[in-house]
Amino acid sequence: MIRPQAHPMEARFHLVYPGFTLKVDLCLPEKGITALFGHSGSGKTTLLRCFAGLNRAPGGYLVVDGTCWQDDAAGIFLPTHRRPLGLVFQEASLFPHLTVRKNLEYGMKRADNRAGEGFDACIDLLGIRPLLDRNPASLSGGERQRVAVARALLTRPRLLLMDEPLAALDLKRKQEILPYLEKLHDELDIPVLYVSHAPDEVARLADHLVLMEGGRALASGPLMETLARADLPPAFADDAGVVWEANVAAIEDDGLTRLEFPGGKLYVSQQGKTPGKRLRCRIHAKDVSLALATHNDISILNILEASVRSVVPLETPGHVMVQLKLRGDEQAPLLLARITQRSCAALDIVPGRVVMAQIKAVALLG
Amino acid sequence: MEASSLAAVWLTIKLASLVTALLLLVGTPIAWWLSRTRSRWKGVIGAIVALPLVLPPTVLGFYLLLALGPHGPVGKITQSLGWGLLPFSFAGLVVASVFYSLPFVVQPIQNAFEAMGERPLEVAASLRASPWDAFFSVALPLARPGLITAAILGFAHTVGEFGVVLMIGGNIPGKTQVLSVRIYDYVEMMEYTQAHMLAAGMVLFSFLLLLALYSRRDRKDWNR
Repeated sequence: MIRPQAHPMEARFHLVYPGFTLKVDLCLPEKGITALFGHSGSGKTTLLRCFAGLNRAPGGYLVVDGTCWQDDAAGIFLPTHRRPLGLVFQEASLFPHLTVRKNLEYGMKRADNRAGEGFDACIDLLGIRPLLDRNPASLSGGERQRVAVARALLTRPRLLLMDEPLAALDLKRKQEILPYLEKLHDELDIPVLYVSHAPDEVARLADHLVLMEGGRALASGPLMETLARADLPPAFADDAGVVWEANVAAIEDDGLTRLEFPGGKLYVSQQGKTPGKRLRCRIHAKDVSLALATHNDISILNILEASVRSVVPLETPGHVMVQLKLRGDEQAPLLLARITQRSCAALDIVPGRVVMAQIKAVALLG
Repeated sequence: MEASSLAAVWLTIKLASLVTALLLLVGTPIAWWLSRTRSRWKGVIGAIVALPLVLPPTVLGFYLLLALGPHGPVGKITQSLGWGLLPFSFAGLVVASVFYSLPFVVQPIQNAFEAMGERPLEVAASLRASPWDAFFSVALPLARPGLITAAILGFAHTVGEFGVVLMIGGNIPGKTQVLSVRIYDYVEMMEYTQAHMLAAGMVLFSFLLLLALYSRRDRKDWNR
Protein backbone atom coordinates (compact mmCIF):
# COMPACT_ATOMS: atom_id res chain seq x y z
CA MET A 1 0.00 0.00 0.00
CA ILE A 2 1.27 3.44 -0.91
CA ARG A 3 1.71 5.39 2.30
CA PRO A 4 0.67 9.00 1.90
CA GLN A 5 3.78 11.11 2.44
CA ALA A 6 4.43 14.60 3.69
CA HIS A 7 0.98 16.18 3.81
CA PRO A 8 -1.84 13.80 3.07
CA MET A 9 -5.34 15.23 2.89
CA GLU A 10 -7.52 14.44 5.84
CA ALA A 11 -11.26 14.76 5.54
CA ARG A 12 -14.03 13.95 7.99
CA PHE A 13 -17.54 14.92 7.05
CA HIS A 14 -20.90 13.97 8.46
CA LEU A 15 -23.80 15.58 6.67
CA VAL A 16 -27.43 14.65 7.11
CA TYR A 17 -30.04 15.56 4.51
CA PRO A 18 -33.58 14.26 4.40
CA GLY A 19 -33.21 10.77 2.95
CA PHE A 20 -29.45 10.95 2.56
CA THR A 21 -26.49 10.84 4.91
CA LEU A 22 -22.88 11.44 4.02
CA LYS A 23 -20.40 10.06 6.50
CA VAL A 24 -16.75 9.73 5.57
CA ASP A 25 -13.39 9.71 7.27
CA LEU A 26 -10.68 9.71 4.65
CA CYS A 27 -6.96 10.09 4.37
CA LEU A 28 -6.00 10.77 0.76
CA PRO A 29 -2.63 11.01 -0.98
CA GLU A 30 -1.18 14.49 -1.43
CA LYS A 31 -0.37 13.87 -5.07
CA GLY A 32 -1.95 12.13 -8.03
CA ILE A 33 -5.54 11.61 -9.08
CA THR A 34 -7.97 10.24 -6.54
CA ALA A 35 -11.18 8.99 -8.11
CA LEU A 36 -14.40 9.29 -6.16
CA PHE A 37 -16.29 6.51 -7.84
CA GLY A 38 -19.87 5.46 -7.30
CA HIS A 39 -23.36 5.40 -8.72
CA SER A 40 -25.47 8.54 -8.83
CA GLY A 41 -26.78 9.21 -5.36
CA SER A 42 -23.75 7.62 -3.71
CA GLY A 43 -22.67 11.00 -2.34
CA LYS A 44 -19.54 11.51 -4.41
CA THR A 45 -20.52 14.96 -5.66
CA THR A 46 -21.69 16.02 -2.20
CA LEU A 47 -18.32 14.92 -0.84
CA LEU A 48 -16.55 16.97 -3.51
CA ARG A 49 -18.67 20.00 -2.61
CA CYS A 50 -17.68 19.57 1.03
CA PHE A 51 -14.04 19.75 -0.04
CA ALA A 52 -14.84 22.93 -1.97
CA GLY A 53 -16.72 24.49 0.94
CA LEU A 54 -19.86 24.76 -1.20
CA ASN A 55 -21.66 22.41 1.16
CA ARG A 56 -20.91 22.71 4.82
CA ALA A 57 -20.93 19.61 6.95
CA PRO A 58 -21.35 20.78 10.56
CA GLY A 59 -18.54 19.46 12.69
CA GLY A 60 -16.47 18.68 9.61
CA TYR A 61 -12.71 18.56 9.44
CA LEU A 62 -10.52 19.09 6.39
CA VAL A 63 -6.79 19.56 6.04
CA VAL A 64 -5.26 20.07 2.62
CA ASP A 65 -1.55 20.45 2.03
CA GLY A 66 -0.94 20.93 5.73
CA THR A 67 -3.45 23.78 5.96
CA CYS A 68 -6.71 23.51 7.82
CA TRP A 69 -9.67 24.47 5.62
CA GLN A 70 -12.35 23.37 8.02
CA ASP A 71 -12.32 22.44 11.67
CA ASP A 72 -15.66 23.33 13.14
CA ALA A 73 -14.52 22.16 16.58
CA ALA A 74 -11.99 25.01 16.47
CA GLY A 75 -14.36 27.40 14.70
CA ILE A 76 -12.48 27.27 11.40
CA PHE A 77 -14.31 27.30 8.09
CA LEU A 78 -12.71 28.90 5.06
CA PRO A 79 -15.36 30.03 2.58
CA THR A 80 -14.87 28.72 -0.95
CA HIS A 81 -13.28 31.90 -2.27
CA ARG A 82 -10.58 31.73 0.41
CA ARG A 83 -9.59 28.16 -0.41
CA PRO A 84 -6.74 27.72 -2.89
CA LEU A 85 -8.59 25.21 -5.04
CA GLY A 86 -9.53 24.72 -8.64
CA LEU A 87 -12.97 23.44 -9.54
CA VAL A 88 -14.17 21.98 -12.84
CA PHE A 89 -17.87 21.21 -13.13
CA GLN A 90 -19.68 18.66 -15.22
CA GLU A 91 -21.24 21.10 -17.65
CA ALA A 92 -19.70 24.09 -19.31
CA SER A 93 -19.14 26.66 -16.61
CA LEU A 94 -17.26 29.36 -18.53
CA PHE A 95 -18.60 32.86 -18.04
CA PRO A 96 -20.57 33.51 -21.23
CA HIS A 97 -20.04 37.28 -21.07
CA LEU A 98 -16.24 36.97 -21.21
CA THR A 99 -13.89 35.74 -23.92
CA VAL A 100 -11.74 32.69 -23.27
CA ARG A 101 -8.79 34.93 -22.40
CA LYS A 102 -10.89 37.01 -19.98
CA ASN A 103 -12.23 33.83 -18.44
CA LEU A 104 -8.67 32.69 -17.77
CA GLU A 105 -7.72 36.11 -16.41
CA TYR A 106 -10.74 36.21 -14.10
CA GLY A 107 -9.19 33.66 -11.78
CA MET A 108 -5.58 34.72 -12.35
CA LYS A 109 -6.26 38.28 -11.21
CA ARG A 110 -8.07 37.20 -8.09
CA ALA A 111 -5.63 34.44 -7.17
CA ASP A 112 -2.75 36.89 -7.26
CA ASN A 113 -1.33 35.47 -10.45
CA ARG A 114 -1.52 38.67 -12.48
CA ALA A 115 1.88 38.02 -13.94
CA GLY A 116 0.42 34.89 -15.51
CA GLU A 117 2.93 32.48 -14.08
CA GLY A 118 2.67 29.24 -16.02
CA PHE A 119 0.25 30.76 -18.53
CA ASP A 120 2.02 29.62 -21.68
CA ALA A 121 2.79 26.17 -20.35
CA CYS A 122 -0.79 25.73 -19.19
CA ILE A 123 -2.55 26.79 -22.38
CA ASP A 124 -0.17 24.70 -24.44
CA LEU A 125 -0.66 21.70 -22.17
CA LEU A 126 -4.39 21.95 -22.80
CA GLY A 127 -4.04 23.05 -26.42
CA ILE A 128 -6.23 26.12 -26.14
CA ARG A 129 -3.94 28.81 -27.54
CA PRO A 130 -5.99 29.16 -30.76
CA LEU A 131 -9.16 29.68 -28.71
CA LEU A 132 -8.04 32.63 -26.59
CA ASP A 133 -10.02 35.33 -28.37
CA ARG A 134 -13.14 33.26 -28.96
CA ASN A 135 -16.40 33.44 -27.04
CA PRO A 136 -17.37 30.42 -24.95
CA ALA A 137 -20.57 30.05 -26.96
CA SER A 138 -18.55 29.27 -30.10
CA LEU A 139 -16.54 26.45 -28.50
CA SER A 140 -17.28 22.72 -28.57
CA GLY A 141 -18.04 20.94 -25.31
CA GLY A 142 -14.56 19.45 -25.14
CA GLU A 143 -12.89 22.79 -25.82
CA ARG A 144 -14.93 24.44 -23.08
CA GLN A 145 -13.87 21.82 -20.57
CA ARG A 146 -10.23 22.25 -21.50
CA VAL A 147 -10.55 26.01 -20.99
CA ALA A 148 -12.28 25.38 -17.66
CA VAL A 149 -9.40 23.15 -16.56
CA ALA A 150 -6.85 25.77 -17.62
CA ARG A 151 -8.80 28.49 -15.83
CA ALA A 152 -8.76 26.45 -12.63
CA LEU A 153 -5.04 25.62 -12.92
CA LEU A 154 -4.03 29.24 -13.54
CA THR A 155 -5.18 30.12 -10.03
CA ARG A 156 -2.27 27.91 -8.89
CA PRO A 157 -4.50 25.74 -6.68
CA ARG A 158 -3.31 23.38 -3.96
CA LEU A 159 -6.14 20.99 -4.82
CA LEU A 160 -7.97 20.40 -8.08
CA LEU A 161 -11.57 19.19 -7.88
CA MET A 162 -13.26 17.76 -10.95
CA ASP A 163 -16.94 16.84 -10.89
CA GLU A 164 -17.52 14.41 -13.76
CA PRO A 165 -15.80 16.71 -16.21
CA LEU A 166 -16.46 14.34 -19.12
CA ALA A 167 -19.99 13.21 -18.31
CA ALA A 168 -21.69 15.81 -20.48
CA LEU A 169 -19.52 15.01 -23.52
CA ASP A 170 -20.18 12.47 -26.23
CA LEU A 171 -17.76 9.62 -26.80
CA LYS A 172 -15.80 11.42 -29.49
CA ARG A 173 -15.27 14.52 -27.35
CA LYS A 174 -14.29 12.31 -24.44
CA GLN A 175 -11.61 10.61 -26.51
CA GLU A 176 -10.43 14.05 -27.55
CA ILE A 177 -10.02 15.38 -24.02
CA LEU A 178 -8.72 12.26 -22.23
CA PRO A 179 -5.15 12.58 -23.56
CA TYR A 180 -5.03 16.10 -22.11
CA LEU A 181 -6.12 14.81 -18.73
CA GLU A 182 -3.45 12.11 -18.92
CA LYS A 183 -0.81 14.73 -19.66
CA LEU A 184 -2.14 16.70 -16.73
CA HIS A 185 -1.79 13.65 -14.56
CA ASP A 186 1.89 13.39 -15.46
CA GLU A 187 2.68 17.06 -14.92
CA LEU A 188 0.63 18.10 -11.89
CA ASP A 189 2.20 17.98 -8.47
CA ILE A 190 -1.03 18.68 -6.60
CA PRO A 191 -3.75 16.24 -5.60
CA VAL A 192 -6.76 15.91 -7.86
CA LEU A 193 -10.17 14.67 -6.74
CA TYR A 194 -11.98 13.26 -9.73
CA VAL A 195 -15.65 12.38 -9.40
CA SER A 196 -16.80 9.81 -11.91
CA HIS A 197 -19.25 7.00 -12.44
CA ALA A 198 -17.43 5.76 -15.56
CA PRO A 199 -15.17 2.78 -14.73
CA ASP A 200 -13.12 3.32 -17.89
CA GLU A 201 -12.17 6.87 -16.97
CA VAL A 202 -11.26 5.81 -13.46
CA ALA A 203 -9.18 2.86 -14.65
CA ARG A 204 -7.36 5.10 -17.09
CA LEU A 205 -6.68 8.17 -14.97
CA ALA A 206 -6.78 7.43 -11.27
CA ASP A 207 -3.98 6.45 -8.87
CA HIS A 208 -6.16 6.16 -5.83
CA LEU A 209 -9.74 5.00 -5.60
CA VAL A 210 -12.47 5.92 -3.16
CA LEU A 211 -15.50 3.75 -3.69
CA MET A 212 -18.66 5.55 -2.59
CA GLU A 213 -21.94 3.87 -1.80
CA GLY A 214 -24.94 5.22 0.09
CA GLY A 215 -23.02 8.22 1.40
CA ARG A 216 -20.15 6.15 2.76
CA ALA A 217 -16.68 5.35 1.53
CA LEU A 218 -16.86 1.61 1.01
CA ALA A 219 -13.15 1.45 0.27
CA SER A 220 -10.25 3.81 -0.14
CA GLY A 221 -6.87 2.70 -1.42
CA PRO A 222 -4.43 2.59 -4.31
CA LEU A 223 -6.35 2.02 -7.54
CA MET A 224 -4.91 -1.31 -8.64
CA GLU A 225 -4.98 -2.85 -5.20
CA THR A 226 -8.55 -1.71 -4.58
CA LEU A 227 -9.85 -2.86 -7.96
CA ALA A 228 -8.33 -6.28 -7.27
CA ARG A 229 -10.26 -6.74 -4.03
CA ALA A 230 -12.62 -9.68 -4.32
CA ASP A 231 -15.01 -8.32 -1.70
CA LEU A 232 -15.86 -5.10 -3.58
CA PRO A 233 -16.98 -6.27 -7.03
CA PRO A 234 -20.71 -6.03 -6.21
CA ALA A 235 -20.17 -2.26 -6.38
CA PHE A 236 -18.73 -2.58 -9.88
CA ALA A 237 -21.21 -5.20 -11.13
CA ASP A 238 -20.24 -6.29 -14.65
CA ASP A 239 -17.36 -3.84 -14.73
CA ALA A 240 -15.42 -5.65 -12.03
CA GLY A 241 -11.87 -6.33 -13.05
CA VAL A 242 -8.25 -5.44 -12.49
CA VAL A 243 -6.01 -2.79 -13.99
CA TRP A 244 -2.37 -3.57 -14.67
CA GLU A 245 0.50 -1.37 -15.63
CA ALA A 246 2.68 -2.89 -18.33
CA ASN A 247 5.50 -2.03 -20.69
CA VAL A 248 5.15 -2.36 -24.42
CA ALA A 249 8.01 -4.79 -25.00
CA ALA A 250 7.84 -5.46 -28.71
CA ILE A 251 5.68 -5.71 -31.79
CA GLU A 252 6.06 -9.29 -32.97
CA ASP A 253 6.29 -10.48 -36.58
CA ASP A 254 2.69 -11.61 -36.75
CA GLY A 255 1.49 -8.16 -35.65
CA LEU A 256 0.78 -8.95 -32.01
CA THR A 257 1.98 -6.54 -29.37
CA ARG A 258 3.82 -8.05 -26.41
CA LEU A 259 3.30 -6.40 -23.04
CA GLU A 260 5.51 -7.21 -20.10
CA PHE A 261 4.87 -6.82 -16.41
CA PRO A 262 6.47 -8.26 -13.29
CA GLY A 263 5.85 -11.97 -13.45
CA GLY A 264 4.72 -12.41 -17.02
CA LYS A 265 3.67 -11.17 -20.42
CA LEU A 266 0.50 -10.56 -22.35
CA TYR A 267 -0.20 -10.53 -26.07
CA VAL A 268 -2.68 -8.04 -27.45
CA SER A 269 -3.73 -7.48 -31.02
CA GLN A 270 -3.94 -3.70 -30.77
CA GLN A 271 -1.53 -1.89 -33.03
CA GLY A 272 0.19 1.46 -32.98
CA LYS A 273 1.91 1.27 -29.60
CA THR A 274 5.55 2.26 -29.40
CA PRO A 275 7.85 -0.24 -27.71
CA GLY A 276 9.11 1.11 -24.39
CA LYS A 277 5.87 2.90 -23.63
CA ARG A 278 4.24 2.30 -20.29
CA LEU A 279 0.51 1.84 -20.34
CA ARG A 280 -2.41 0.53 -18.40
CA CYS A 281 -4.57 -2.35 -19.40
CA ARG A 282 -7.77 -3.62 -17.95
CA ILE A 283 -8.91 -7.20 -17.57
CA HIS A 284 -12.56 -7.79 -16.72
CA ALA A 285 -13.27 -10.55 -14.22
CA LYS A 286 -15.92 -11.94 -16.55
CA ASP A 287 -13.24 -12.39 -19.26
CA VAL A 288 -11.08 -14.66 -17.12
CA SER A 289 -11.74 -18.40 -16.87
CA LEU A 290 -9.82 -20.94 -14.88
CA ALA A 291 -8.35 -24.36 -15.74
CA LEU A 292 -6.41 -26.84 -13.68
CA ALA A 293 -3.94 -27.92 -16.36
CA THR A 294 -2.23 -26.30 -19.31
CA HIS A 295 -3.91 -27.08 -22.60
CA ASN A 296 -2.19 -26.80 -25.91
CA ASP A 297 -5.38 -27.29 -27.86
CA ILE A 298 -6.90 -23.91 -27.07
CA SER A 299 -7.08 -20.67 -29.03
CA ILE A 300 -6.70 -18.39 -26.03
CA LEU A 301 -3.28 -16.73 -26.14
CA ASN A 302 -2.90 -15.41 -22.67
CA ILE A 303 -2.77 -18.16 -20.11
CA LEU A 304 -1.06 -17.29 -16.84
CA GLU A 305 -0.22 -19.44 -13.87
CA ALA A 306 -1.68 -18.13 -10.63
CA SER A 307 -2.56 -19.22 -7.15
CA VAL A 308 -5.96 -18.71 -5.62
CA ARG A 309 -6.05 -16.24 -2.73
CA SER A 310 -9.72 -16.04 -1.95
CA VAL A 311 -13.15 -17.02 -3.21
CA VAL A 312 -16.13 -14.76 -2.50
CA PRO A 313 -19.77 -15.46 -3.39
CA LEU A 314 -21.38 -12.84 -5.63
CA GLU A 315 -24.78 -11.22 -5.67
CA THR A 316 -25.27 -12.57 -9.18
CA PRO A 317 -26.88 -15.94 -8.47
CA GLY A 318 -24.63 -18.93 -8.98
CA HIS A 319 -21.39 -16.98 -9.37
CA VAL A 320 -18.26 -16.49 -7.30
CA MET A 321 -15.37 -14.05 -7.56
CA VAL A 322 -11.91 -15.57 -7.36
CA GLN A 323 -8.91 -13.47 -6.47
CA LEU A 324 -5.64 -14.78 -7.85
CA LYS A 325 -2.00 -13.87 -7.50
CA LEU A 326 0.17 -14.48 -10.54
CA ARG A 327 3.13 -16.71 -9.84
CA GLY A 328 6.75 -16.12 -10.63
CA ASP A 329 7.41 -12.73 -9.05
CA GLU A 330 6.92 -10.96 -5.74
CA GLN A 331 5.65 -7.92 -7.66
CA ALA A 332 3.32 -9.93 -9.85
CA PRO A 333 -0.16 -8.38 -10.07
CA LEU A 334 -3.44 -9.68 -8.75
CA LEU A 335 -6.20 -10.94 -11.01
CA LEU A 336 -9.93 -11.39 -10.58
CA ALA A 337 -11.95 -14.14 -12.23
CA ARG A 338 -15.71 -14.47 -12.16
CA ILE A 339 -16.78 -18.08 -12.52
CA THR A 340 -19.85 -20.13 -11.72
CA GLN A 341 -20.31 -21.79 -8.39
CA ARG A 342 -20.65 -25.09 -10.18
CA SER A 343 -17.22 -24.77 -11.86
CA CYS A 344 -15.77 -23.60 -8.61
CA ALA A 345 -16.95 -26.75 -6.88
CA ALA A 346 -16.08 -29.04 -9.79
CA LEU A 347 -12.50 -27.75 -10.00
CA ASP A 348 -12.22 -27.52 -6.24
CA ILE A 349 -11.09 -23.90 -6.37
CA VAL A 350 -9.92 -23.11 -2.83
CA PRO A 351 -7.31 -20.69 -1.48
CA GLY A 352 -3.77 -21.88 -2.15
CA ARG A 353 -4.67 -23.91 -5.22
CA VAL A 354 -2.58 -23.27 -8.35
CA VAL A 355 -4.63 -22.74 -11.51
CA MET A 356 -4.21 -21.55 -15.07
CA ALA A 357 -5.99 -18.25 -15.69
CA GLN A 358 -7.19 -17.97 -19.27
CA ILE A 359 -7.63 -14.35 -20.26
CA LYS A 360 -10.09 -13.88 -23.10
CA ALA A 361 -9.79 -10.13 -23.56
CA VAL A 362 -7.42 -7.35 -22.56
CA ALA A 363 -8.42 -3.71 -23.01
CA LEU A 364 -5.59 -1.25 -23.45
CA LEU A 365 -6.23 2.11 -21.82
CA GLY A 366 -4.63 5.13 -23.46
CA MET B 1 -47.18 72.68 -29.42
CA GLU B 2 -48.07 74.93 -26.52
CA ALA B 3 -45.40 75.85 -24.00
CA SER B 4 -47.30 74.10 -21.22
CA SER B 5 -47.37 70.90 -23.26
CA LEU B 6 -43.65 71.09 -23.85
CA ALA B 7 -43.10 71.67 -20.14
CA ALA B 8 -45.22 68.60 -19.39
CA VAL B 9 -43.22 66.48 -21.86
CA TRP B 10 -39.94 67.63 -20.35
CA LEU B 11 -41.16 67.05 -16.81
CA THR B 12 -42.33 63.57 -17.75
CA ILE B 13 -38.97 62.63 -19.27
CA LYS B 14 -37.13 64.04 -16.27
CA LEU B 15 -39.38 62.16 -13.86
CA ALA B 16 -39.20 58.85 -15.74
CA SER B 17 -35.40 59.00 -16.08
CA LEU B 18 -34.83 59.78 -12.43
CA VAL B 19 -37.36 57.18 -11.30
CA THR B 20 -35.82 54.52 -13.57
CA ALA B 21 -32.37 55.17 -12.15
CA LEU B 22 -33.70 54.98 -8.58
CA LEU B 23 -35.72 51.86 -9.37
CA LEU B 24 -32.64 50.03 -10.66
CA LEU B 25 -30.74 51.02 -7.52
CA VAL B 26 -33.53 49.96 -5.18
CA GLY B 27 -34.99 47.12 -7.22
CA THR B 28 -31.77 45.21 -7.90
CA PRO B 29 -30.94 44.46 -4.23
CA ILE B 30 -34.60 43.55 -3.58
CA ALA B 31 -34.63 41.27 -6.63
CA TRP B 32 -31.34 39.68 -5.52
CA TRP B 33 -32.66 39.08 -2.04
CA LEU B 34 -35.92 37.62 -3.34
CA SER B 35 -34.06 35.34 -5.75
CA ARG B 36 -31.64 34.00 -3.12
CA THR B 37 -33.35 34.04 0.26
CA ARG B 38 -34.87 31.07 2.03
CA SER B 39 -36.39 33.40 4.61
CA ARG B 40 -40.05 32.97 5.48
CA TRP B 41 -40.42 36.68 4.77
CA LYS B 42 -39.81 36.10 1.09
CA GLY B 43 -43.53 35.64 0.39
CA VAL B 44 -44.52 38.71 2.37
CA ILE B 45 -41.95 40.99 0.77
CA GLY B 46 -42.70 39.61 -2.68
CA ALA B 47 -46.41 40.27 -2.20
CA ILE B 48 -45.81 43.81 -0.95
CA VAL B 49 -43.60 44.58 -3.94
CA ALA B 50 -46.28 43.22 -6.28
CA LEU B 51 -49.19 45.12 -4.66
CA PRO B 52 -49.09 48.06 -7.13
CA LEU B 53 -49.84 45.55 -9.90
CA VAL B 54 -53.35 45.01 -8.55
CA LEU B 55 -54.22 48.03 -6.40
CA PRO B 56 -56.03 50.97 -7.97
CA PRO B 57 -53.55 53.88 -8.18
CA THR B 58 -55.92 55.91 -6.03
CA VAL B 59 -55.48 53.54 -3.10
CA LEU B 60 -51.70 53.69 -3.28
CA GLY B 61 -51.85 57.46 -3.79
CA PHE B 62 -54.22 57.90 -0.87
CA TYR B 63 -51.98 56.12 1.62
CA LEU B 64 -48.84 57.73 0.28
CA LEU B 65 -50.55 61.08 0.68
CA LEU B 66 -51.34 60.29 4.30
CA ALA B 67 -47.86 58.98 5.02
CA LEU B 68 -46.06 61.85 3.36
CA GLY B 69 -48.47 64.49 4.62
CA PRO B 70 -47.92 66.82 7.63
CA HIS B 71 -49.34 64.28 10.11
CA GLY B 72 -47.93 61.16 8.49
CA PRO B 73 -44.85 59.36 9.80
CA VAL B 74 -42.75 60.14 6.73
CA GLY B 75 -44.04 63.72 6.59
CA LYS B 76 -42.92 64.33 10.17
CA ILE B 77 -39.44 63.08 9.36
CA THR B 78 -39.09 65.14 6.18
CA GLN B 79 -40.26 68.22 8.06
CA SER B 80 -37.88 67.70 10.95
CA LEU B 81 -35.05 67.26 8.45
CA GLY B 82 -35.98 70.61 6.96
CA TRP B 83 -37.03 69.15 3.61
CA GLY B 84 -40.59 70.33 3.94
CA LEU B 85 -43.49 68.22 2.70
CA LEU B 86 -43.30 65.97 -0.32
CA PRO B 87 -46.90 65.94 -1.61
CA PHE B 88 -47.56 68.31 -4.50
CA SER B 89 -43.84 68.56 -5.26
CA PHE B 90 -41.61 66.91 -7.86
CA ALA B 91 -39.85 64.96 -5.09
CA GLY B 92 -43.23 63.59 -4.01
CA LEU B 93 -43.89 62.45 -7.57
CA VAL B 94 -40.56 60.66 -7.63
CA VAL B 95 -41.23 58.81 -4.37
CA ALA B 96 -44.73 57.81 -5.43
CA SER B 97 -43.57 56.65 -8.86
CA VAL B 98 -40.81 54.51 -7.39
CA PHE B 99 -43.37 52.64 -5.30
CA TYR B 100 -45.83 52.39 -8.13
CA SER B 101 -43.38 51.00 -10.72
CA LEU B 102 -41.35 48.81 -8.37
CA PRO B 103 -42.85 45.44 -9.42
CA PHE B 104 -42.18 46.17 -13.08
CA VAL B 105 -38.48 46.48 -12.28
CA VAL B 106 -38.05 43.87 -9.56
CA GLN B 107 -39.69 41.00 -11.40
CA PRO B 108 -37.58 40.92 -14.59
CA ILE B 109 -34.38 41.29 -12.55
CA GLN B 110 -35.48 38.61 -10.10
CA ASN B 111 -36.28 36.27 -13.01
CA ALA B 112 -32.84 36.88 -14.49
CA PHE B 113 -31.11 36.17 -11.16
CA GLU B 114 -33.17 33.02 -10.67
CA ALA B 115 -32.56 31.78 -14.20
CA MET B 116 -28.78 31.91 -13.84
CA GLY B 117 -28.90 29.60 -10.81
CA GLU B 118 -26.13 29.13 -8.26
CA ARG B 119 -23.56 27.71 -10.65
CA PRO B 120 -21.95 30.92 -12.01
CA LEU B 121 -21.52 32.18 -8.46
CA GLU B 122 -20.01 28.89 -7.31
CA VAL B 123 -17.60 29.06 -10.23
CA ALA B 124 -16.71 32.64 -9.31
CA ALA B 125 -16.11 31.58 -5.71
CA SER B 126 -13.83 28.78 -6.87
CA LEU B 127 -11.87 31.46 -8.75
CA ARG B 128 -11.41 33.41 -5.48
CA ALA B 129 -14.16 35.98 -6.06
CA SER B 130 -15.76 37.15 -2.81
CA PRO B 131 -19.57 37.24 -2.78
CA TRP B 132 -19.61 41.02 -3.48
CA ASP B 133 -17.05 40.64 -6.21
CA ALA B 134 -19.02 37.79 -7.77
CA PHE B 135 -22.22 39.83 -7.64
CA PHE B 136 -20.71 42.71 -9.60
CA SER B 137 -18.42 40.75 -11.92
CA VAL B 138 -20.71 37.81 -12.71
CA ALA B 139 -24.30 38.12 -11.49
CA LEU B 140 -24.95 41.65 -12.79
CA PRO B 141 -23.39 41.11 -16.24
CA LEU B 142 -25.29 37.83 -16.63
CA ALA B 143 -28.53 39.56 -15.59
CA ARG B 144 -28.03 42.33 -18.12
CA PRO B 145 -30.95 41.31 -20.36
CA GLY B 146 -33.22 41.35 -17.31
CA LEU B 147 -31.85 44.71 -16.20
CA ILE B 148 -32.51 46.24 -19.61
CA THR B 149 -36.04 44.83 -19.68
CA ALA B 150 -36.57 46.21 -16.17
CA ALA B 151 -35.31 49.66 -17.16
CA ILE B 152 -37.54 49.80 -20.23
CA LEU B 153 -40.63 48.65 -18.32
CA GLY B 154 -39.91 50.97 -15.39
CA PHE B 155 -39.44 53.95 -17.67
CA ALA B 156 -42.52 53.20 -19.79
CA HIS B 157 -44.71 52.53 -16.79
CA THR B 158 -43.66 55.77 -15.11
CA VAL B 159 -44.39 57.73 -18.28
CA GLY B 160 -47.79 56.10 -18.44
CA GLU B 161 -48.98 56.63 -14.89
CA PHE B 162 -51.87 58.91 -14.07
CA GLY B 163 -53.78 58.15 -10.91
CA VAL B 164 -50.92 58.18 -8.41
CA VAL B 165 -49.49 61.32 -9.98
CA LEU B 166 -52.82 63.10 -9.64
CA MET B 167 -53.21 62.03 -6.00
CA ILE B 168 -49.70 62.94 -4.87
CA GLY B 169 -48.59 65.59 -7.30
CA GLY B 170 -51.78 67.32 -8.21
CA ASN B 171 -51.73 69.29 -11.40
CA ILE B 172 -49.23 72.14 -11.04
CA PRO B 173 -47.91 73.20 -14.48
CA GLY B 174 -44.12 72.98 -14.73
CA LYS B 175 -43.87 71.34 -11.34
CA THR B 176 -46.05 68.27 -11.15
CA GLN B 177 -48.10 68.40 -14.31
CA VAL B 178 -46.93 65.41 -16.35
CA LEU B 179 -48.04 64.38 -19.82
CA SER B 180 -50.90 62.12 -18.88
CA VAL B 181 -52.41 64.79 -16.65
CA ARG B 182 -51.89 67.43 -19.34
CA ILE B 183 -53.84 65.27 -21.81
CA TYR B 184 -56.62 64.89 -19.25
CA ASP B 185 -56.78 68.71 -18.96
CA TYR B 186 -57.01 69.16 -22.74
CA VAL B 187 -59.83 66.65 -22.95
CA GLU B 188 -61.66 68.35 -20.08
CA MET B 189 -61.31 71.64 -21.94
CA MET B 190 -62.44 69.97 -25.17
CA GLU B 191 -59.17 70.91 -26.89
CA TYR B 192 -59.01 67.71 -28.88
CA THR B 193 -56.33 68.81 -31.36
CA GLN B 194 -53.85 69.43 -28.56
CA ALA B 195 -54.94 66.25 -26.80
CA HIS B 196 -54.43 64.30 -30.04
CA MET B 197 -50.91 65.59 -30.51
CA LEU B 198 -49.82 64.45 -27.08
CA ALA B 199 -51.86 61.26 -27.03
CA ALA B 200 -50.69 60.10 -30.46
CA GLY B 201 -47.14 60.95 -29.45
CA MET B 202 -47.56 58.75 -26.37
CA VAL B 203 -48.91 55.86 -28.43
CA LEU B 204 -46.01 56.07 -30.86
CA PHE B 205 -43.41 56.42 -28.11
CA SER B 206 -44.78 53.54 -26.09
CA PHE B 207 -45.05 51.35 -29.15
CA LEU B 208 -41.43 51.99 -30.12
CA LEU B 209 -40.27 51.27 -26.59
CA LEU B 210 -42.15 47.99 -26.42
CA LEU B 211 -41.00 47.10 -29.93
CA ALA B 212 -37.42 47.51 -28.74
CA LEU B 213 -38.25 45.31 -25.75
CA TYR B 214 -39.87 42.48 -27.66
CA SER B 215 -37.36 42.47 -30.51
CA ARG B 216 -34.59 41.87 -27.98
CA ARG B 217 -36.06 38.60 -26.81
CA ASP B 218 -34.42 36.45 -29.46
CA ARG B 219 -30.89 37.33 -28.41
CA LYS B 220 -31.44 37.13 -24.70
CA ASP B 221 -29.69 33.84 -24.15
CA TRP B 222 -25.92 34.14 -23.97
CA ASN B 223 -25.30 30.51 -24.64
CA ARG B 224 -26.98 30.15 -27.98
